[in-house]
Amino acid sequence: METLLQQTVNGLVVGSVYALVALGYTMVYGILGLINFAHGDVLMIGALVALEAIRLIQLYAPDLGLIPTLLGGLGVSVIVCMALGYTIERTAYRRLRNAPRLAPLITAIGVSFLLQTLAMIIWGRNYHTFPQLVSTTPLEPVAGVFITPVQIAILVVSATLMVALLLLVNKTRLGRAMRATAENHKVASLMGVDTNKIIAATFIIGSALAAVAGVMFSSNYGIAHYAMGFMPGLKAFTAAVLGGIGNLGGAMLGGLLLGLVESIGAGYIEDMSFGFLNSSYQDIFAFVILGIVLIFRPTGLLGERVADRA
Amino acid sequence: MKHSVMMLALAGVTMTGSTAALADMIVKIGFAGPLTGPIAHVGKDEQYGAQLALDDANAKGLSLGGQKVKFELMAEDDQADPRTATTVAQRLADAGVKGVVGHVTSGAAIPASRIYEQAGIPAITPSSTSPKLTQQKYKTTYRVIANDLQQGAAMARFATEVLKAKRIAVIDDRTAYGQGLADAVVDSLKRLGVTPVGREFTTDKSTDFAAILTKLKGAQPDAIFYGGMDAQGAPVLKQMKQLGIAAKYLGGDGACTAEMIKIAGAAMSPDVYCTQAGIPMDKMPGGKDFNERFKKRFGVPVQLYAPYSYDAASALIEAMKLANSAEPAKYLPQLQKVAFKGVTGNIAFDPSGDSREGGVTLYQFNSGKWEARP
Repeated sequence: METLLQQTVNGLVVGSVYALVALGYTMVYGILGLINFAHGDVLMIGALVALEAIRLIQLYAPDLGLIPTLLGGLGVSVIVCMALGYTIERTAYRRLRNAPRLAPLITAIGVSFLLQTLAMIIWGRNYHTFPQLVSTTPLEPVAGVFITPVQIAILVVSATLMVALLLLVNKTRLGRAMRATAENHKVASLMGVDTNKIIAATFIIGSALAAVAGVMFSSNYGIAHYAMGFMPGLKAFTAAVLGGIGNLGGAMLGGLLLGLVESIGAGYIEDMSFGFLNSSYQDIFAFVILGIVLIFRPTGLLGERVADRA
Repeated sequence: MKHSVMMLALAGVTMTGSTAALADMIVKIGFAGPLTGPIAHVGKDEQYGAQLALDDANAKGLSLGGQKVKFELMAEDDQADPRTATTVAQRLADAGVKGVVGHVTSGAAIPASRIYEQAGIPAITPSSTSPKLTQQKYKTTYRVIANDLQQGAAMARFATEVLKAKRIAVIDDRTAYGQGLADAVVDSLKRLGVTPVGREFTTDKSTDFAAILTKLKGAQPDAIFYGGMDAQGAPVLKQMKQLGIAAKYLGGDGACTAEMIKIAGAAMSPDVYCTQAGIPMDKMPGGKDFNERFKKRFGVPVQLYAPYSYDAASALIEAMKLANSAEPAKYLPQLQKVAFKGVTGNIAFDPSGDSREGGVTLYQFNSGKWEARP
């Protein structure tokens, strides 16, 4: 029982990072029909910039407490990533907005390589130790089940951000403009919505979420590295598709579900298959679930709109 | 216009004429390893090691067949990827390299070895320890480091006889290296009468191991062996602590690094052990001197296998000296006769291409560093 509970905790922690990153994919897809493959690398930049900022803060203001230092690093990284998100949209995607569908997709892959290579030049190839400013000493709320304060922080922060994003999209003027642009950006612009600005805002918000996800990821595992964005990026993309790409709630659900499926899959796949399969099939397990969901619901779990662009 | 072209052509003729007589013969030596990606630091380290060996040979001024030779390193990035490795191997073969130092990882070295065999180019790996590499019986495949069978046996003996561990769990990253080493440990354990209580798998790109560790926790292991590199090995150790697993941590040579200590940080304790093919840097005959020269030349400390890479490159050069030729067909047979004192120890090969003197050392983490156990 405690093993199952522990696997659930593991799954939720991983899943909430996936969910946060998946939101970035799904927001951009919802509005532009573009899969922004560079999104995972924004997460990486977020983590590395935060690392750099934290080092500087520790150098010049060593008396600042742990949490203010982390928040300072996070703040810098969010701002840098917002600027980065805007720059990527402005330089790499805007000019291709009316180009054939494949062109921006290839560009997105190009931007991803560019960011990785730049990070490799700036931060080198080595793994960096990310300062774990929130404690990683495990707590044991239930006998046999362990959770660290940083994992609790991840759960709380992701939940808060997701609620905030839902409120932003559903309750504010900006959100309404975003929904209008997603539905039809030509008509939206006829109605007086500055679609360029809205699309830029979408990238900025998505990148800020990626920066937070990157800092949380690195705080949890204590490492940062120029290639670290690839795996979470891929998994978050899967989560977005699982939940129904273009749908915010779907991305959240997909992320959490993927985290749980992976974790529980890795833990029980051997028993479930009577020893025939083992944990090296961990990823296959997640993708089989994805396949089954897509067979019965081609638009994903919560995706309702029939994709007219995909 | 015509005139000037004519002049240039003439100038070209005289130029080449003079270079052929005076300039050194350029001998290209290939290096292949991951220069990008998660273990690029290991690849770069070995590239520097090979570079240093060629620099030293050039400084001595070697003559082969009556002509002065200048060695040049051609480094290629195989990304530690099996497919890229074959492309890179072909590129090196096409570029006419006379010998290859590489590849770094077993996953890359095994597929690439076939291409070198077809091209007849000797390839000496500094760090691929998979037994499968030399089991292919290729004439061109050599290694200067102990293989995983030797390493796994040493770890299994240590775990059962010294640590008295009875419940041992094994994880590997499904790369040729990690899997080979983990299988060697499992086989040796079984021969010692111990059946592992758990066998789990991950990938060399993972960062989260909580799921498989939670599963192993249920089996209550005294010790967990991880077959893989430091970049995953350190998070495995950290997450063991976070999940309240008190088992001892055992690693192979890929986790026996300074990076491991750096990344794992506070999770390191005297309960962490690793094996290293070969002998510790400070016990290598030329270790201290090598480390200093390496630092001076490249501005970074030795990470891991640079001394082996140095010896691999030196072995190629030694064989060329014996054959008095840099032609692979001529000096390849001489590799069997090579015997010299390298940085890491005596370098000589057995008929399968494995190192004759493949020692394994066991390390324990203690007060901030790896300490070799007697």
